[in-house]
Amino acid sequence: MLIIDCPYCGRRPEIEFTHGGEAHLVRPPQPAELSDQDWAAFLYMRSNTKGIYAERWRHARGCGQFFNALRDTTTDHFLSTYKSGTPRPVVNTTPSEEGHS
Amino acid sequence: MVSSMARLAPLVTTSEWMRALPFATRLILQGDAAARTAAAAVWGVSFSQIACRALSQGSRATLWLGPEEYLLLDMSDESASVATLEHAIGNIPHALVDISHRQIAIEISGPFAERILNGGCPLDLDLSAFPIGMCTRTVLAKAEIVLWRNRADAFHVEVWRSFTGYVAGLLREIAREYYPV
Ligand SMILES: [Zn+2]
Repeated sequence: MLIIDCPYCGRRPEIEFTHGGEAHLVRPPQPAELSDQDWAAFLYMRSNTKGIYAERWRHARGCGQFFNALRDTTTDHFLSTYKSGTPRPVVNTTPSEEGHS
Repeated sequence: MVSSMARLAPLVTTSEWMRALPFATRLILQGDAAARTAAAAVWGVSFSQIACRALSQGSRATLWLGPEEYLLLDMSDESASVATLEHAIGNIPHALVDISHRQIAIEISGPFAERILNGGCPLDLDLSAFPIGMCTRTVLAKAEIVLWRNRADAFHVEVWRSFTGYVAGLLREIAREYYPV
């Protein structure tokens, strides 16, 4: 089973977590001032990166908190997890020997 | 809790390794450190700053469930006063919810307690990884539980009431390996 490192609780099994979509999306402060196209882009368009992707996760059956994770979408390897509101960490992109840690 | 509300005993058959614990008062407190300090003064138990740790004093306990979410238990009293806590916390922003009837508690004990729980729970329950006093919300097969190790060989398991039959039945099946019928 995949082990995910919750920034609050530590290393926990995957089945305690739920996925929350792409991270670092900033909601426009005045949505009414946006064009329909820009608003639709905020709502629906995602980078859907093949490779290292920053995404939100929630420790739903643990502490209940949302946090962010860097995951390689080709290998499912989690490179880093960090609290919401903190910047995306810079990570070594060489695949780790640890693999599915 | 309102004592006139009739409560049915949970569907747990008592055995040498499993028993239902008595009805208790359960509260969920969400709030910051100021709210917790005010609550601790009347609840009589302080709140762990460390994640996944419970503190207890007599029949009362506080269990860390999240950074701002704690489960308060009084295992001896079915009607510990919510009003007293509300009064103590006063205007400090918080949420205090009585969930006494939502959950029941089961104790799993004995030399095989870890292995029986691991039949449905993927956490590392070795004493070095899950020491006495550790508590957490987690899963047991398809049910959400709160697991609290209060002795080396005993776990307090909080189960949502409608899952009691499922959880107790599953644990009974798992335990046949260690306690042949
Ligand atoms: Zn967590």
